[in-house]
Amino acid sequence: MAKLLPRKDAVIIGLGWTGSIMAQQLTDAGLNVVAIERGPWRDTATDFNIAYMQDELRYAVRKDLFLQPHVEAMTMRNDMRQTALPMRDYGSFLPGHGVGGAGVHWNGQTWRFWDSDFSIRTHLTQRYGAAKLKNLQLQDWGVTWNEIEHSFDTFEYLCGVSGKAGNLKGRLQPGGNVFESPRSREYPNPPLKMPYTSTLFAQKMTELGYHPFPLPSSNLSQAYVNPLGIRMGQCSYCGFCERFGCGNYSKASAQTTILPVLMKKPNFELRTECEVLKVNLMPDGKMAKSVTYIGADGVEYEQPGDVVLICAYGLMNVRLMMLSKIGTQYDPATGKGTLGRNYCYQTSAGARMMFEGKHLNPFIGAGALGQVVDDFNGDAFDHSKLDFVGGAGVACNVSNGRPIGNRPTLPGSPRWGAKWKQATVDGYNNSMGIGSQGSSYPVRENYLDLDPTYTDRHGRPLLRITFDFPDNDVAMSNYMSDQMEKMVRPFNAKFAAVSRLKKGWNSVPYQSTHNTGGAVMGGDPKTSAVNKYLQSWDVPNVFVIGASAFAHNAGMNPTGTVGALAFWAADAITTQYLKSPGALVPA
Amino acid sequence: MEHSSRALSRRRLLASVAAMPILAASADGRSISGTLPWSPFAGEPPRPVNPLGWYFFTPGEAAAVEAIVDRLIPADHLSPGGKDCGCAIFIDRQLAGSFGQSSRLYTGGPFMPGLATQGYQGDLTPAGRYRLGLRALNDHTNTAYKKDFRALTGEQQDAVLAGLDGGKITLKLRPGFNTKQFFELVLQNTMEGFFADPLYGGNKNMASWKMIGFPGARYDYRDHIGKHNQPYPLGPVSIYGEA
Repeated sequence: MAKLLPRKDAVIIGLGWTGSIMAQQLTDAGLNVVAIERGPWRDTATDFNIAYMQDELRYAVRKDLFLQPHVEAMTMRNDMRQTALPMRDYGSFLPGHGVGGAGVHWNGQTWRFWDSDFSIRTHLTQRYGAAKLKNLQLQDWGVTWNEIEHSFDTFEYLCGVSGKAGNLKGRLQPGGNVFESPRSREYPNPPLKMPYTSTLFAQKMTELGYHPFPLPSSNLSQAYVNPLGIRMGQCSYCGFCERFGCGNYSKASAQTTILPVLMKKPNFELRTECEVLKVNLMPDGKMAKSVTYIGADGVEYEQPGDVVLICAYGLMNVRLMMLSKIGTQYDPATGKGTLGRNYCYQTSAGARMMFEGKHLNPFIGAGALGQVVDDFNGDAFDHSKLDFVGGAGVACNVSNGRPIGNRPTLPGSPRWGAKWKQATVDGYNNSMGIGSQGSSYPVRENYLDLDPTYTDRHGRPLLRITFDFPDNDVAMSNYMSDQMEKMVRPFNAKFAAVSRLKKGWNSVPYQSTHNTGGAVMGGDPKTSAVNKYLQSWDVPNVFVIGASAFAHNAGMNPTGTVGALAFWAADAITTQYLKSPGALVPA
Repeated sequence: MEHSSRALSRRRLLASVAAMPILAASADGRSISGTLPWSPFAGEPPRPVNPLGWYFFTPGEAAAVEAIVDRLIPADHLSPGGKDCGCAIFIDRQLAGSFGQSSRLYTGGPFMPGLATQGYQGDLTPAGRYRLGLRALNDHTNTAYKKDFRALTGEQQDAVLAGLDGGKITLKLRPGFNTKQFFELVLQNTMEGFFADPLYGGNKNMASWKMIGFPGARYDYRDHIGKHNQPYPLGPVSIYGEA
């Protein structure tokens, strides 16, 4: 029998980016808030220590800061005819663990999805006609650009994003991303200094007639004090960013932007190493009454709360809703049900160029350091004569030269022996890459549900991912590879090769931790699990915050939009829901 | 990787925060409220491996692995060989620790043959895979050459390794763990040892970092980011300050 604890106004599950934002906003509104976090307490000085954070084996290869599969794994298969098996080690994507979540070891690439993303079905139908969408389950998100722009702005100023605006209130800004949707003001910090390869890329793309701009970065170009009064440091281009915590206080995370203020509030409590098992509903299933968790002492507790905010990693949000029976499981055979619907990923390809006699210094890098062209992203270009919709940003991003994982050699070189050594020496300082990060659009057969066979350490079913790259996205990605073929030509490299995406998503090599959907937001309870305020249609005192709400994934990193959605939902709770608890949108 | 210090640091952290009156009454001893927890010595620095002796390998296995890593990374004008760089020591310590035991991974059954896209589905840990693979390797060379792998000439060793890599030699392993997977595991771990920080037992004297020009743990390149296409002037440093 679980030990019953005193009631709280709000119970937050998970203290990563979204949980920290929600906690900060709700405690500001005067609520008594408890956050229940599965992993350990983590902070910069002790856990991302500048004396030993630069350890590739420990953090990048053995993945010290990540969720370990023995805590929670997932099963995967490429289609419904196959038997899903557990990913015994995480590979293709790497969820976070502990306070700060994946926001600890992200790269810091901080994008805004576009107005044409939030109203994607309306937009594409108007431009190309409904037949263009074929079997894609693209749908509007329920929220519009004008509604949510302010929340993007809030998140960017919280993080101190370094970048260059391309569209200020409708006026295009040379040097910024002229394809972005209108923003109300400039980024809080100027762009980072650019390394050689990214500078070269920007020159070549300009010559080709494209519109390069600095990648918007939560690695800070200069010291900064954010609106909460928290001081951040300047990025040192250390080359230990993604997969690592930042020892310099210069990468935005809950630790560097929120927790120093939040943790001191008397109306906030954090419980670490406590794993939520489920959200408990009232007998009629229409309201949540509490959450059950196992504490660090192995004892089960029941924490009642008026509002429950599910703020774990997106995939885990979906699983927790399934385990708690919040909403109806999606069925790909009938298309009915919403939980697990519209799972999307990211559709990427790349190009590698090799030179002779250069000093490209790949070790001078940062997670979000580079130049990008969005000329072929989203619907920035005309798709009327193409057999797909969607697109990709193409970036020359210099993140690291860490040698266990990053030591390119000329193709055809041996992988060991004396000739391998020489090829490694020749390649290390002479290699550069560019990458296309493409959109991922929903189809009926890509979805999430609970695995029928495999369970976690508490005996609960694992999440099952059924996913392969849809034909639309493969066509899109191959078109991007065609564009990259043209982009690499002016570099006159000794060698250049462009990769092409094929069907058959492989869970082993790292690709992207941009898993989206499964509890998507929208205007119709038949096709979305949460409404435009990220409030469950079925259980209105439950809000589900994260990339789980994305109705599709764009050709951009998701965290900027995740942060904006968190502020957007927090505003809805504090300005609307608290005054009149109940459904904010009639079903 | 050493993790004993983690428990110690957590105990220290908890002991120190438990003594603070600002902590709320706790449901389970991990509750934090009204403070940003911090205590001295709460970090978890890595512990350099002891370079002496073998923790996991038998003497015969150690000799085989030393021979393998010295063919994968042969000594030449670019660097010392894999053996002298400590790659076998590195692998031994990794197999004796959490990596070798799969202690972080999902090891629940049932074990079923999987698709290539589903990754390794065998029931053997890395330690178990080395034990089985090294035995099968010597079985093979004793059949083909009447000698253990370590006693072959360098050319013969290269031919065997190329056979494992290229699929021309099939070792007697077990379902869910094939010859190619064994070779890839050994190659991956050898390269990890060669390129990781020297504290883990390989990359002695930062030989690989000097070879390719990786500056190691320096962590601050603000003075060089603007110097495009110019050589970086400083040599590597390691986490424990080797320079």
